[in-house]
This record gives sequence, C-alpha cells and structure tokens, in this order.
Amino acid sequence: MRGPLSDRMGAALLMAPLLLFLILAYAWPFLGVVKWSFTLPTPGLGQYHALLTDDLVQSVFIRTLRIAAIVTVVSVTAAYAITVVWVRGSPVQRVLAEFCILVPFWISVLTRAFGWVALLSNRGLINTWLQSVGFISEPLTLVRNEFGVIVGMSHFLIPFAVFPLASAMRSLDERVLLAARGLGSSRMRTFWTVFVPMTRSGIIGSALITFVFSLGFFVTPAILGGGRSVMIAELIYLRIFQSPDWGLGAAISVVLVVFVGALMALLFRYVKPKQLV
Amino acid sequence: MQQPGRAAEIKANGIGKSFGSFRALDNLTLDIGRGEFLTLLGPSGSGKTTFLMILAGFVQPSEGKLFSDGVDITNRPAEQRAAGMVFQGYALFPHMSVEQNIAFPLKVRKKSAAEIKNLVGEMIERVGLKGHEKKLPAQLSGGQQQRVALARALVFEPGVLLLDEPFSALDKSLRGQMQAEMKRLHQETGTTFVFVTHDQSEALALSSRVAIFNHGKLLQVGRPDEVYNRPTNRFVAEFLGEINMLPVKGVRPADNGATGLCEDRAVNMRCKAEAIKGDAILAIRPEDMSIAPEAFANQNGIAATAVASTYLGAATKLDLTTRQGAKVTVSVPNEVAAAALSKGNSVWLTWPAEKGFLLPDGGQ
Ligand SMILES: Nc1ncnc2c1ncn2[C@@H]1O[C@H](COP(=O)(O)OP(=O)(O)O)[C@@H](O)[C@H]1O
Ligand SMILES: [Mg+2]
Repeated sequence: MRGPLSDRMGAALLMAPLLLFLILAYAWPFLGVVKWSFTLPTPGLGQYHALLTDDLVQSVFIRTLRIAAIVTVVSVTAAYAITVVWVRGSPVQRVLAEFCILVPFWISVLTRAFGWVALLSNRGLINTWLQSVGFISEPLTLVRNEFGVIVGMSHFLIPFAVFPLASAMRSLDERVLLAARGLGSSRMRTFWTVFVPMTRSGIIGSALITFVFSLGFFVTPAILGGGRSVMIAELIYLRIFQSPDWGLGAAISVVLVVFVGALMALLFRYVKPKQLV
Repeated sequence: MQQPGRAAEIKANGIGKSFGSFRALDNLTLDIGRGEFLTLLGPSGSGKTTFLMILAGFVQPSEGKLFSDGVDITNRPAEQRAAGMVFQGYALFPHMSVEQNIAFPLKVRKKSAAEIKNLVGEMIERVGLKGHEKKLPAQLSGGQQQRVALARALVFEPGVLLLDEPFSALDKSLRGQMQAEMKRLHQETGTTFVFVTHDQSEALALSSRVAIFNHGKLLQVGRPDEVYNRPTNRFVAEFLGEINMLPVKGVRPADNGATGLCEDRAVNMRCKAEAIKGDAILAIRPEDMSIAPEAFANQNGIAATAVASTYLGAATKLDLTTRQGAKVTVSVPNEVAAAALSKGNSVWLTWPAEKGFLLPDGGQ
C-alpha cells in the first residue's frame, strides 16, 4: 500500500527534525543578531551608516570579494582539469584523480592550514628547495599575506568545486563530441567550442559554490594571512569578541548573510541541488 | 572521403571488431560504390552501428583494412576522414543555434564569413528550415532536428554521408516524407550514402543496394529486388518480409531448374539447385501464391484449408493449413478470400514455377 504519495510524506516526516534543528540552531539566533544590528549600542540605523563609511570595514569587504573572486577562478580552473581526468581519463587516471579529490576531506582544515605554513614559510620546504637549487637567494614571501590565503583556500575548495562539474560532464552526450570530431574539428577545438560550453551549468554552479564558501572563510585566512589579510568572517569575530563592538559586528553579519542568500538564490536557478553532491 | 565535393568509393576488407571476448563484427568484406545508396539492414545488436563507427573513424577495427578511393585509411583519425555523419539521436550541438550548427564544419575548415553565410543559407533552404535559423535544437521538433543534422553533415560536401537510423525517432507519416527527401538529397548531391536501419521496408524503398547483417556477420549484399526475391539464406528471406516455408523432398536438377516432391506432389522450380540435393525448403512470398478452385496438371499446387483471414483494405491476408500441417499465409483479392473461407474445406494453393526459391533444409 506504499504509493508515491505516502513515500513523499514519509520523506517529509524524516526531514522534519532537520528543519526544526535548522530553525533552532540558525534562524532563531540569527534573528537575535539582526536585532543587535539595529539596537546596539543605540537603537537606529547607526551601525549600517558606520558600515558604509568606515574605511576599515570597506577595505575588508573589498579584500574579501577580491580574494573570493581569485580563489573562485583558481579553484574552478583546477577543479575543471581534475574533473576532466576523473570523468574521462583512463582507469588509472580516474583512480588517481579520485584520490586527489577525496583525500583532502579526511584532513581537518586546521591541519591543512598549518601544512601550508610548513610548505610556504620562509624556511619552509618550497623556499629551502628553491634556495638550494639556486633559483633565489632571498626567501620569497609566500605566506602571511594574500598569496598564502589564496593558496590555502583554493586547496580547501577545489574538491567542492569538482562535484557540480563532474555532474555536468557525466550528463553530456558522448555522441555530440564524436559529431564535432567527425565534422573535422580537432580534439583541442572540440574541447573549447563544444565540451566547455556544454558544461556551462556546471561551471556556474561550481563558481557560485566556491565564491559563497570563500566569503565565509575564517580559519584559513586567520592562519595563512597572519593578521595582515583579514577577511570578513575574521573581522566579525574581532568586532564581537575583541573590540567589543557587537552592533557593528552584527550589521556586517547581516549584510554578509543577505549577500550570500542572494547568491544562493542565483545558484539554484542554474543548478539542481542534487547536482551538487 | 578526403576530397570534398566528390563521392567516395570505399572498400572494407576483412573488417572485424571484438569488444573483449564479444565478437561485434566478423570478417566483413564489402565494396561501397561511388555515389551509391547502400543500406545496412539488420536487427538491433547486429553490428550496424559498429561498422558505421569504423567507417567514420570513431572505432578502430580489431582486424582488417579500410580503403577510400584506393587509399588505406584504416588508421586515419576521424577528423581527417571527415565523413558526414548523422547520429542516432542527431547529436546536435545544444548550445548552438540552427545556423551555428550548420556553420560548424565550415568554420573548422576556415571558410570566409561570406562563403559560410552563403553555404549555410543555401543548405537551410534546401532542407526546409527557413525561419528557424536562430532557434536552438531544443526548440525544434524531431523532424526539424533531423533536418539540421542532415544539413550539418552535408554542408561541407563530404565524400560519404553516414546515417545511423536517422528516422527511428520519427512518427510514421513524417518518416515517409523524410525518406522522399533523403532520396532527393542523394540525387542532388551525388554523394555516397551509407544508411543504417532495422526497418526492411525502408531499406527496400531507399537503397541502390542492401547489405543484411546478423550477429556481426554480413549475410548478403544486393539490389533490393535481388535480396527480396533471391535471398541466399533463411535469415535474409525471413527478415525482408513475410514468407512461407514448405518442405520439399528429393530435390534434383531438372530442365531449366529443379524438381522435387512437396506434400507428395511433384513441384517444379526455376531456381538452380546445384548446392541443394535431397531435402530442402521452398520459400515463397505470400503475394506470389494464389488460390484456385481445383488442381491443374503441370501446375505447382497443394491442398490446404483456410483457417483465418485479416482484411487489409486492398487485399485480404488469408491463413491456411496444408494437409501435412504446414502453416501458409497468402495475400489474395478480398472476394477470393471470402469464397475460400465460406467453402470451409479444402482449397488449392498454387504458385508459378518461377516464383519461390530453395533454401537448405534447417539452419540458416
Ligand atoms: N563499446 C562497446 N563495448 C562493448 N560492446 C559493444 C560496444 N559497442 C557495441 N557493442 C556491442 O556490439 C554489438 C553490436 O552493436 P551495434 O553495432 O550497436 O549494433 P546495431 O547498431 O546493429 O544495433 C551489440 O551487442 C553491442 O552490445
Ligand atoms: Mg545501432
């Protein structure tokens, strides 16, 4: 007697506790944050006005957007290459690609950030090696700056960028690629004029996910940026726990959440949720 | 396949293809003439697509050689063979408009913008897609997508056009229309056409020659009337249309043909019986048999009882059982069928000596 309707109701019932949890854990506290942004230290729009005029806040916002944009380009490009190998490579290549995609998930974000510090610092592996080979005489500054942040964040985000791309590439009709080659197009030309445009929805989904994730990064920029390249999440933390300037911190949070919400709405116009996993 | 604007002559020599231990094609030798319309006919899974893919260069044969205009092209990559191909399901570029799809092979060949515009415009007109230039494939009907695929495959004047079941997704009336257009395009372009179908009537209607496949083997090649009227084995005989099989005993050569015993009556056949001796099968198409009220001397015939009839409009299909239990179907005028049925008992089944052909008893 289990028809599709009762299945759907069953699924809804199973999801219900999750929804309740999300409301209790996120939506409710967030309403509190919204309230702070309008009431602390004095009621009114003062915090939003400050947000628009404060040079520090503005420069952090702009830096966050810039880093997020660069990280998005780097991650999606790298993920695209890995995904092509993963989806279309030989069996051995596939296993290797899968390994590269999955291993990062087993290592915590903190461990990875310190791993990058070990690699990129003045006495790290890369500088030591470059110096021993004689390419450089003085160590390059690879960490505790924006470069280090971008490397660490991209490394973290590439696996997430892979899934929407893989789903787009898997659903592509192989015969269309054959058709292009049969019409005289080289492999290179087929890749750029047929394969890439046909995976467009995957690229958009992948880019939006990476961008949204980048906006909220905290641990990686805090460690690899060394306090010199503060991003928006770290600024919120500083305003709330160190200044303490709860009103401004709350206002920044609200702006960030609204912005991310708008991006997510855009994301789901292009990609179905099930393509993201 | 290499010179645009000139129909190609293709030779397949001992082509075989294995997927693991599975034999998809076996020792296929076939000459495809310049400008001919060759149809590859066979049931699903018989290896037709595999052979087409080998011709196009998308699949590498396990054995054998392929020649185009006398040049060995077995190892030439697909993009250099540049055969026009219409895929099963069309395989249009979903992100390009009709115009851009058709222009693609010309852009690849670095034609000038003006030339591209001209050729594409001409082709769009020829396949009747005027007014749809800017649409995406998803906005077109099945028949229109079919035309785009044809235009895209023909616009660069390939030496050969390969078509993999191009009409299988179309409804019946559209099919007939597209078949006529296909014939016209073949005449207009003069290109060599290799056309795949599993529909025997389509094959017989369109082709200059038909190649019949089964289980990866090429069973027979010939003009439509040859393969229909003179099949060399039982599979071909049955695949090309309904056919009656009557056992014949004691077959031996006779004056201009052969003779033997069918249900204890002597029958004469015009076909040669040199390979066949003793027991055989006499195969006759339903439209070649008729019903007579009584037996005539010196005429082939056996007694049968009518058991069922199907009214087809122009004629009636009559099912009969012979005295020895063989099932026979004939196609006869409606009044003859009615008379045969009303008579209840025995009627006389006859056929001219020059109709029908002998097949080895049992097996293929
Ligand atoms: N890439 C492949 N790998 C394994 N088997 C294949 C492959 N391509 C085709 N085959 C098999 O070869 C046989 C012939 O296929 P195909 O040429 O597509 O037949 P048709 O087009 O006549 O229906 C089928 O049994 C099919 O399963
Ligand atoms: Mg096929």
